[in-house]
Amino acid sequence: MDVTVAPTTEPAVRLDDVTVIYGNNRALKNVTAAFARGAVGLLGPNGAGKSTMLKSLLGFVKPDAGQMQVLGMDVAKDPLKIRARIGYMPETDAHIPGMNAVSFVAYCGQLAGLPGVDAMQRAHEVLYYVGLGEARYRNVETYSTGMKQRIKLAQALVHDPDLLFLDEPTNGMDPKGRDEMLELIRDLGRNKGVSLILSSHLLPDVEYTCDYVVVMDKGQVATQGPINELKGPAGRVFELRVKGDLRGFVDVLAREGMDVHATDEDVMRVFVPAGAGDQRAIFSAASRFGAQVRHLRPSVPTLEDVFARAIGEE
Amino acid sequence: MPIHDQSYRRYGGTRAMPGRSWTVIAWAGVVTMVKKRIFLGLLLFAWLPFVAQAVRLYLSANFAQLAMIAPTAETFREFLDYQNFFVFVITVYVGAGLIANDRRANALQIYLSKPLMPAEYITGKLAVLFVFLIAVTLVPAFLLLLLQILFAGSFAFARKNLFLVPAITVASVLQVMLASFTVLALSSLSKSARFVAIMYVGVLFFTKAIFGVLYAITGSSGPSWVSPGDNLAQVVDVIFRLKPRYATPWQVSLLVIVALIAISISILERRVRGVEVVT
Repeated sequence: MDVTVAPTTEPAVRLDDVTVIYGNNRALKNVTAAFARGAVGLLGPNGAGKSTMLKSLLGFVKPDAGQMQVLGMDVAKDPLKIRARIGYMPETDAHIPGMNAVSFVAYCGQLAGLPGVDAMQRAHEVLYYVGLGEARYRNVETYSTGMKQRIKLAQALVHDPDLLFLDEPTNGMDPKGRDEMLELIRDLGRNKGVSLILSSHLLPDVEYTCDYVVVMDKGQVATQGPINELKGPAGRVFELRVKGDLRGFVDVLAREGMDVHATDEDVMRVFVPAGAGDQRAIFSAASRFGAQVRHLRPSVPTLEDVFARAIGEE
Repeated sequence: MPIHDQSYRRYGGTRAMPGRSWTVIAWAGVVTMVKKRIFLGLLLFAWLPFVAQAVRLYLSANFAQLAMIAPTAETFREFLDYQNFFVFVITVYVGAGLIANDRRANALQIYLSKPLMPAEYITGKLAVLFVFLIAVTLVPAFLLLLLQILFAGSFAFARKNLFLVPAITVASVLQVMLASFTVLALSSLSKSARFVAIMYVGVLFFTKAIFGVLYAITGSSGPSWVSPGDNLAQVVDVIFRLKPRYATPWQVSLLVIVALIAISISILERRVRGVEVVT
């Protein structure tokens, strides 16, 4: 099949002013985003529009406005060419009824255009890769939730896509299975040359597997970029515990331009913005206010901080 | 060092152009059904009328005293009438779950995330039913025609009734299309194959019953258009150059059949989607 390979520097996916409306609900509102090649996390709380975005890119949902490109091709003009080069792992349980795992995955390969023999060979290989080698002759309907997640990944991989859409791939998995699934996703993104978009509301999953992130909130892109850049330099966030008038001290820090978030009962996280100094500014404020600093430790910024800032949560 | 790397490998082989996936769907559907012994038994059973007719052809061709059972053009129309029962049973058995089971297992989003259009998916599913229904209508009817020629040792009957070739073809295809499209449309409306089967049987029997009641009240067979099965019978009578059995104009019956197929296509177009949007 003749497929045009886009230059690698080009984003894998590009959305330009895309709006999707379901009845009275605007699921996506003028979304403009670029998903770099590699592993990109699509983060957002439930109902943020992540799944709608993936379904629009697959052509399941027709946008009311805007344009989308996947691997350099227009979603509206070349849906079949695009779908031949992408793999989709849906959020919900999905399989072809009445088939065992190897037949199901081979069937998906054939649907994607692979010859029967190649599809069967790839099915065996992919099932071993996702850890279902020993269970490949079992009917998919008898699989556990974790196994169903793996088989969904296998059917998305069987035709060797250039880009994977993974919608909540660790949903319902036990901790061990979840770790293994994340290892697979990380391996695909980093070692196997498969670009992927990982849609999840689980920040650790995205932080572990992805280099880039697009944060969605209420149908809009709240922030996007490389995770390391978004997290900002280390050492500007501190964990702080003081003895004294806690509420008054928080007000003092706020007046100094610092951003204070309570974490535990008496531990707070203090963001010291650029130009407001460093930990000495906190000591100085405590000294002036008369509060005792019992604990002060530089905190490593996490994706959680990025997410919280992006969607305006404390 | 492992003998064979079981890690993920990129694929370097060939890929078919989009547009052929319906054959994959059709083949998988046919194979799945043929693996069921009950279904194979049903298919064999559906050929019993063929065997009976074949014996009749043999006897009439070889024993002059049995000339009264010699075949006429009407024999082939009657044969397709007998096969109606098997068309009905196979339609319910095969067709009810064709889309409903996929909807139950959320398989539509798997199918439609591959390089195939909804029309290809529907074509593949229709082809499964077509194969089995043609196998109990068109195929045995043509074989009977062939047997008649072989047993009689002449083309005289076939030459005299040459219209039987297009008549058998058109009547069988119409019968198969009506059954396939309607059951597939119903199948797309539910996630339960059992419910679809009940709906299909209910629609056929209910419309037939309504026609019966109207016939009893009016004393005329004019309202036969309310029953899809009777519309088909009416049109097939005309195709075989026989007197139509009901007072309804055959054009009306044909229109009802075409309308039913059109409505079914419209339902399928709306229901076969990768995502169900509830607003």
